[in-house]
Amino acid sequence: MGWQRKILRVDLTAGTSTVEPLNMEWANAYLGERGLATKYLMESMDPSVDALSPENVLIFATGPLTGTMASTSGRYAVVTKGPLTGAIACSNSGGKFGAELKFAGYDLLIVHGRSEKPVYLHIVDDEVEIVDAAPVWGTSCWNTEEWLKSHHQDPLLKVASIGIAGENLVRYACVVNDLHRAAGRSGVGAVMGSKQLKAVAVRGTKGVTVDDPKRFMAVVAETKAKLWDDPGRRGLEKYGTNAMIDNMHGWGGLPTRNSLQVQFEGTEKINAKAMRATGEDGHRNLVTNKACFGCTIACGRIAKINPTHFTVVHRKEYQHASGGLEYETAFAFGAECGIDDIDALTFANFIMNEQGMDPISFGGTLAAAMELYEEGVITDADTDGVALNFGNAEALTIMAEKTGRYEGFGRVLGMGSKRLAEKYGRPEVSITIKGQEIPGYDARALQGMGLGYATSSRGACHMKHDVFEEDMDDVSGNGKAKPCKDSQDRIAAVDSTGLCWFTTSAWGLEEFAVQVDAACAGTWNADRLTEIGERTFNLERRFNLAAGFTRADDTLPQRFLKTPAPSGTAEGKVNELDRMLPAYYRERGWTEEGVPTNETLSRLRV
Amino acid sequence: MHKALLIDPLKCTSCMQCELACSFEHTGAFNPARSRIKIFEFEHGARSIPYTCTQCEEAWCLHACPVEAITINLATGAKEVDPNVCVGCKVCTIACPFGTINYSADTGKVVKCDLCGGNPQCAEACPTGAITYVDASWTGLDRMRASAVAAHASGA
Repeated sequence: MGWQRKILRVDLTAGTSTVEPLNMEWANAYLGERGLATKYLMESMDPSVDALSPENVLIFATGPLTGTMASTSGRYAVVTKGPLTGAIACSNSGGKFGAELKFAGYDLLIVHGRSEKPVYLHIVDDEVEIVDAAPVWGTSCWNTEEWLKSHHQDPLLKVASIGIAGENLVRYACVVNDLHRAAGRSGVGAVMGSKQLKAVAVRGTKGVTVDDPKRFMAVVAETKAKLWDDPGRRGLEKYGTNAMIDNMHGWGGLPTRNSLQVQFEGTEKINAKAMRATGEDGHRNLVTNKACFGCTIACGRIAKINPTHFTVVHRKEYQHASGGLEYETAFAFGAECGIDDIDALTFANFIMNEQGMDPISFGGTLAAAMELYEEGVITDADTDGVALNFGNAEALTIMAEKTGRYEGFGRVLGMGSKRLAEKYGRPEVSITIKGQEIPGYDARALQGMGLGYATSSRGACHMKHDVFEEDMDDVSGNGKAKPCKDSQDRIAAVDSTGLCWFTTSAWGLEEFAVQVDAACAGTWNADRLTEIGERTFNLERRFNLAAGFTRADDTLPQRFLKTPAPSGTAEGKVNELDRMLPAYYRERGWTEEGVPTNETLSRLRV
Repeated sequence: MHKALLIDPLKCTSCMQCELACSFEHTGAFNPARSRIKIFEFEHGARSIPYTCTQCEEAWCLHACPVEAITINLATGAKEVDPNVCVGCKVCTIACPFGTINYSADTGKVVKCDLCGGNPQCAEACPTGAITYVDASWTGLDRMRASAVAAHASGA
């Protein structure tokens, strides 16, 4: 148990759905969520197909601990070929949707094909309907969720949907569930759009059982107490992820103005403290913190825009509270675009959630456009008359809405930074890896993070490796290969349990293993989880190699490799990728070309 | 001493651990659909409010039941449904002004909070102290203390 041992497979071309038993051999080898979905994806499609073609396969995956009493058990992943990168995409999300899918009785929902007209899936336990989505097509994620609950007279329905951005194949459209949680990166929402799948609405009443309930409750109580007492958790609860912005600004690793700089002078106006501060008019950005399903951390931010701010003063519909700034949003809209207006940032964040877009990629794309505008490559004639200077808060909010609605220059921004920069003949201003915009860590100031960017299966990413401590200890590229590889494997294992990576400030793999062991049949220990992580990572690599990626794609933007950091701890330094990458390949058991050797593959039984 | 569930919505993060624990205690599965305590979210999650049976002294459900399936647990004060007696007529669900007794299509009986026989698992599971199990005669004690502190601080 832990698993529901059932897969729901939907073919949108044929308009059919079938239930099949979970392949337990694969479940034992890949556990769940990220790992298991990667295996199913690999077995269900040709990695070389166009990500936006009907031949791409879209998987919503839960893990064996999803929906259980284990802390942070709300997670699910969307695994597919990503249209932003052309690589395998694995974007996970919290909220309540993932647990509900599990309660309906499914470990995985696998979507094939393309519907002729817009549809949504309505799943109530064993009843699966493919329903005409005409009433909500062309509307936001927020409207879609509200309409589905009202139409089905079911306030307990959980919804994952795309907004107008996803319908129009914005390359970094995400899947939004529970209003402000998102499977955010690599454009998984655009894949939904390409399939004309507006939403998945699910109600589950079957529950999840575990193998050894008594022991499970005992170990969960223990791990939960450990998590609750952890200082890292306490920090996340109080300040959210945006506590990071001060660290990165101080260190000189905060990508600023399209990574031309590494420190942002406006940090204090958009940091976690600013979110908590009450202004002279009595307004406070942060309303409260909020947890995802089953979560003991509660790092989520619920925020309110100052009702007198230009973005909402005449728009009551945005004066309510909703999902607030995370570090990545504060960095991408703030530092990377040079904007220090916390209300404008919060408004743009609302729009990202409302229309389903990845704020990291949107911010990175806007920042590239701003650099080109300041150089005169892009002019007012391109931007619908909006001055795209760094620091222009109004430009951020206008462009967020234009992209969200797929209008005017928003259509160009919707291409992502790589395609935008190529369109204007300046590919070097795109701060992307494998086509995906960087998160808020400069690769010159955090060398191991840079190695992680270059080797992550989904391109630039901060969620699939953790070399943070090593990067703080040593600003050079020395000794980063092994911790990078080890953390990639560890996180792939954590992702495959169905729990959240943020627990790892308190838990090691032992804590995950003991919970999996009590929940699932068989013997599960940290070594077995590590092996599953490494197996998963290698399978993702095989997917990308089959999709046409080579060693040449394991690289970083020229700005990180050639232009020395202008200030901060790493002043004068560039990223030492050419030194780190061969060591990393060796550590992985890959050839000099970055291909897993037969020995590695057979050792891992990939 | 009778104890009562005390709910402080300001401390609720909407994490659902109360619903998981309640359903596990009563069904053996983690299944919020079978939980007797529910969390309601308002304004995009700006407020989250757990709600369950308050164990009315003069319980409408108990008085409405035509077959006397609902009885008082003398140790805890909980109004408990005996599934062997309940006929699933649902009259209690109409009588309850708060909606906290509900029919379960799975069993054909009604279900409500029974305080887990004096060890309510929702309170046990709540990580933030939004749900506590306290002296039934002093559920206002915390708020009274807070008011006292505020009054003292203002110089009263």
